[in-house]
Amino acid sequence: MAWLRSKLLGIVAVLVLVYLFVPIAVVAVLSFNDPEGKFNISWNEFSLSAWGNLCGVAGVCQSFILSIEIALIATLIATVFGTMIALALVRYRFRGRGAANSLIFLPMATPEVVLGASLLALYLNLRLPLGFWTILIAHIMFTISFIVVAVKARLQGMDPRLEEAAQDLYASPWQTFRFVTFPLVLPGILGAALLGFALSFDDFIISNFASGTTVTFPIFIWGAAQRGIPVQVYALATLVFALALVGTVVGQIVSSRRRRKLAASS
Amino acid sequence: MTIAAAVGPARRRARIAYLLLLPGVAWLAIFFIIPLISLFFTSLQVSTGSSGKYKAGFNWRNYVEALSEYWEFFLRALIYAGIATVLALVIAYPLAYFIALKAGRWRALMLVLVVAPFFASFLLRTYAWKTILADDAVITQTLNALHLLPDGRILNTSIAVIAGLTYNFLPFMILPLYAALDKIDPRLIEAGSDLYASPFTTFRKVTWPLSMPGVVAGTLLTFIPAAGDYINAELLGSTKDKMIGNAIQTNFIEFRDYPMASALSFILMASILIIVTVYIRRAGTEELV
Repeated sequence: MAWLRSKLLGIVAVLVLVYLFVPIAVVAVLSFNDPEGKFNISWNEFSLSAWGNLCGVAGVCQSFILSIEIALIATLIATVFGTMIALALVRYRFRGRGAANSLIFLPMATPEVVLGASLLALYLNLRLPLGFWTILIAHIMFTISFIVVAVKARLQGMDPRLEEAAQDLYASPWQTFRFVTFPLVLPGILGAALLGFALSFDDFIISNFASGTTVTFPIFIWGAAQRGIPVQVYALATLVFALALVGTVVGQIVSSRRRRKLAASS
Repeated sequence: MTIAAAVGPARRRARIAYLLLLPGVAWLAIFFIIPLISLFFTSLQVSTGSSGKYKAGFNWRNYVEALSEYWEFFLRALIYAGIATVLALVIAYPLAYFIALKAGRWRALMLVLVVAPFFASFLLRTYAWKTILADDAVITQTLNALHLLPDGRILNTSIAVIAGLTYNFLPFMILPLYAALDKIDPRLIEAGSDLYASPFTTFRKVTWPLSMPGVVAGTLLTFIPAAGDYINAELLGSTKDKMIGNAIQTNFIEFRDYPMASALSFILMASILIIVTVYIRRAGTEELV
């Protein structure tokens, strides 16, 4: 009983983690299913046909590749812009700082339907043709805020004396940034970029407003839902998830090893 | 040092800050603020009689119509999102507490696992609840055997929609809670028990108040997207469970009733702003992110 009480919190914590992964496990299991009807909802029979032929359904791989392209470009631009904003907000005092902070917070406090609807209202009023570019613009817009918040947290956790020391040693502001600030916040920037990529790649609500007839991976899934989502979609989603999970866990282990080595050598 | 020499670098530093802000802030101004203004004018447009075509005007009646036609959708969105937010807080708190204060060397790995669901498709994860909550699934059968389900099923009821909302936005609750709990000095909690406070009293008087910034940020980051969501209602609910997001989406994309959809969006934004302001006042914290 005492054992159970002392471990109770840990057990609950693990159960919550399991809960987070239950639907993902369902998706992974269903990627090996040979569904009975059109709808891949209940288990029927083991099959590797989807995994053996990932692009076997018309349009699925085009939409997948399009989503990766958009996510890569959007993440790159949003990460550069977002990191610059985070630097300005954490390291500088200037007039309008409060307003800039609110401008960053507001897109996160706006429901995605409203973001999507308002962008489409603008696009329609300007008579912009909907497609790749309008989706890209939207994705950069809604990822910037998340990147600012993530990089800001990292910058705030950094010891400002390191930068002051560099400047005392006559480093120019650019040199201070290049050789002190940037290497120290790089893990934070990479983490933020990874989150940005995930948000962009998986976005449906805003993309659905901004896309016109262009089909990204989530839009493909939504469109297919009415007549049954092909098993290939489950396999591709499982693949992305597995790659991201393995990548981040390995990255985590490598960086903690390096930190331990640094701690041991100093 | 003369005053001029001190002011010079300060001015230059401010100029660097503005240059750093410029591209990102300009992007948000053009593609976030201007669209909102554009949406506001669209919400006042006048119908020309033919579908999908509207002309500029100041037709405030769009708002009256939006409210009278869709007030139930608003109510449902606020109630579902409210319940989902409370549930998410109850589920997320123990995990965030464990990661921040007890996990030791497992902390980094557990944080990765909390963010990991972002890499699995949102739509497929929501769709997976159709399998988990199906009429012949274990959960539904068990609850039915205990006579706990008013409709005899979960799927296509409001319970499924709330369950989906709770699940989908959980990481947005866990992360800010973790960030706040991580800042607490564990010695403060130890001091509580040293002073003979029961674990419950220590939690109520020390841990909970100190974690308040995380509670506020987490509940907002859960409530706001949940209140505007339409995917959970569309995939897991019946036609009687539709939320305001569904109304905005169908009016904009299917009916092409842009003024109506825009008015609905603005009413949603306004109600969220009011709720958030009142909530932040009552929770007594200014710091959000």
